[in-house]
Amino acid sequence: MSVILLFLTGILAIAFGWLWRQGILTKPWLEVGVAGPAAPPDRSPARGARVGLAVFLAVVGSLFALSASAYLMRAGLGDWEAVRMPGIVWVNTSVLALSSIALETARLAARRDDIEGVRAGVRAGALTALLFLAGQWLAWRQLHAEGYFLAGNPATAFFYLLTGLHGLHVAGGLVVLGRVAWRMERGAGIARLRLGVDLCATYWHALLLIWLVLLGLLANWVGDFVAICRQLLT
Amino acid sequence: MVDVTHGGSISGGTASGAAPAFEVGEPDLYHPRSWVTKYVFSQDAKVIAIQYGLTAMAIGLVALVLSWLMRMQLAFPGLLPFIDADHYYQFITMHGMIMVVYLLTALFLGGFGNYLIPLMLGARDMMFPYLNMLSYWIYLAAVLLLVAGFFVPGGPTGAGWTLYPPQAILANTPGQSWGIVVMLVSLMLFIIGFTMGGLNYVVTVLQGRTRGMTLMRMPLTIWGIFTATVMALLAFPALFVGAVMMLFDRLLGTSFFMPAIVVTGEQAPYGGGSPILFQHLFWFFGHPEVYIVALPAFGIVSDLISTHARKNIFGYRMMVWAIVGIGALSFVVWAHHMYVSGMNPGFGFFFATTTLIIAIPTALKVYNWVLTLWRGDIHFTVPMLFALGFIVTFINGGLTGLFLGNVVVDVPLSDTMFVVAHFHMVMGVAPILVIFGAIYHWYPKITGRMLNTTLGKVHFWVTFLGAYLIFFPMHYLGLLGVPRRYFEMGETAFVPASAATLNVFITITALVVGATQMLFLFNLAWSLRHGREAGGNPWRATTLEWQTPETPPAHGNWGAERPVVYRWAYDYSVPGASQDFLPQNDPGPDLASSGETVAEGVR
Repeated sequence: MSVILLFLTGILAIAFGWLWRQGILTKPWLEVGVAGPAAPPDRSPARGARVGLAVFLAVVGSLFALSASAYLMRAGLGDWEAVRMPGIVWVNTSVLALSSIALETARLAARRDDIEGVRAGVRAGALTALLFLAGQWLAWRQLHAEGYFLAGNPATAFFYLLTGLHGLHVAGGLVVLGRVAWRMERGAGIARLRLGVDLCATYWHALLLIWLVLLGLLANWVGDFVAICRQLLT
Repeated sequence: MVDVTHGGSISGGTASGAAPAFEVGEPDLYHPRSWVTKYVFSQDAKVIAIQYGLTAMAIGLVALVLSWLMRMQLAFPGLLPFIDADHYYQFITMHGMIMVVYLLTALFLGGFGNYLIPLMLGARDMMFPYLNMLSYWIYLAAVLLLVAGFFVPGGPTGAGWTLYPPQAILANTPGQSWGIVVMLVSLMLFIIGFTMGGLNYVVTVLQGRTRGMTLMRMPLTIWGIFTATVMALLAFPALFVGAVMMLFDRLLGTSFFMPAIVVTGEQAPYGGGSPILFQHLFWFFGHPEVYIVALPAFGIVSDLISTHARKNIFGYRMMVWAIVGIGALSFVVWAHHMYVSGMNPGFGFFFATTTLIIAIPTALKVYNWVLTLWRGDIHFTVPMLFALGFIVTFINGGLTGLFLGNVVVDVPLSDTMFVVAHFHMVMGVAPILVIFGAIYHWYPKITGRMLNTTLGKVHFWVTFLGAYLIFFPMHYLGLLGVPRRYFEMGETAFVPASAATLNVFITITALVVGATQMLFLFNLAWSLRHGREAGGNPWRATTLEWQTPETPPAHGNWGAERPVVYRWAYDYSVPGASQDFLPQNDPGPDLASSGETVAEGVR
């Protein structure tokens, strides 16, 4: 459970830092009047949506941190036979990275009011994300063909579970991106696209990060890293 | 007192407090156009709250009847011939799961959270009303699926509410074929629905507060609901992952949790799974869940006590810090549910220590409630009675928690009736008392009419005393060694015959207490039409929800302008004020006389 505890420590640090800045030390019973900064804080729906996404990403992070915890706990038992990673996974990783970059360019284009840039970015992002999902599907097929079945060794089952959970989150992101693209193709102006593109890009980066961590777990880099640290310490 | 307007003067600082700068960029309010969008597929948090509340109470009634059936079996084995061992286990499982997840969590967060967050913070609605509506309908689907478990072949699962594998998915466990699948899918739906609602509660607290409503001016009710929601958002994924993995084990033949095992002489097609892994995941959710239920109760009780004792809450800052501290600590105590699971015994010391540490902020809250009452002008209204009942019950339940948190005491008491008595006191009876108190308190705001006081007092005394008559003897049964989850005891050397007499007594009391809840439901229905007119602020409370221009609050809550907050939520018995309280949106006598005096903050 060390992964989830580490993750929660991070969340806690952010939460406490934020509470501190919000004045958790004030004495409200002594303060009368309209407190708060002179300039009103940003209460726009766009800001609300961004905060909402941040909170949602914390939930997603918790989900994957818990899965990773379970993975590591199970991997510590004796009969663990690590999966031989199908080669296509590396291609998929770079495709997902491309997808993330494409959406980032779309976000930057939206800031510059460059509708053509937004179009190209969103299309490329959606396409590469679809490609990633197809690639993951191929990776599953490949594993299956090599005799790594879901009902086989727990390592294999975890591979399917983790990639499946991640794939579902990419698919969910694609639904939202699809809505943005739909609006875009019907000729929506940049002002109506900016928020959607912005949120999608953030979500994509988070999913890329999660994928890299999962990849590290599945390829056993994390295990090796822990082993090296342990050697250094002892 | 020091006037603080951190920079800038109060522009147009009148009582109504126009705040044009803040109205800019406010989310557009969704306006329902038909009866269906107003009352069925409503996006108004108040309607959603009532939907959540009614659904939770309906499913809670099912769980109540299940508890009656269990009690009948324990006191009069064989009297109801349709209760066999399988049914008994199914009743246990469904009773526990419904009460903890589908009633308490849904009612506190989905019900009170939805109703109170926007109103207490001066918002017009939640930040994402559509998501909020979806949250309720997914919750309803989860509840209906759960109920469907009673009608599938083999009935609902009988694995106990903890659903421990391998038991839960092995043949010969009741509901192994369909019941467990239905239960897991229902839980997953619940979590998805809750996440949608939870995002709303958190973001509304972060972004939807009205002008002047700083974090440290929020009523403790909101602090409790807010912290509990954050915890639930982080803890429920553990249950989700566990449910997905168990579903895989059950349907796809994986072995996440299933070890190599021989079932009725045959080797089961599993191997290599770790049952303890599930316990870790389950309790990583399960323990925070206790506080997900308790923290909103803490918050609500603080407000009830302060309002009905006409005194400001003692140690507001400490109360806030304690809520946040309990929330954080509750994530590192989960394995105290697993002392006898076979985990590394070295963990026991760590988790026993964290468990005892959590008693500190909890005790702090109890002291602060008592000190709030100290020399207060206590009104023994029905909500106050329930709040006082909560404090006593929570102390009792909490103290036995200290017993069970210690490894050496827990090991002999594990899986006895003592545990059942402990958690029913601390997270069954105590939060339910708060729910009742809160309903008596806010019903006038929700409906515009008061609940009947006489019925309320009867309801309180029977429920409160009855709960003690039920659960106090149960501690004793546990100390005798009577195990929990036994369909029938039969002849045992160490349990005296008098235990059976005690069981009969408990059962009869439980039937009476359960029946008294019908009185409460009758009161709810009857007062809707025949209750005394409440007016806008019958309890003379300070918080914003009592200051709405209309009662019950109209769509959009606040009429033309949102309120501006000038003070914290606990200005009761203020010296020199014309009434004995000052609402949060009242600039007050000081400010009115001194004009726009501004001093720097007292941080």
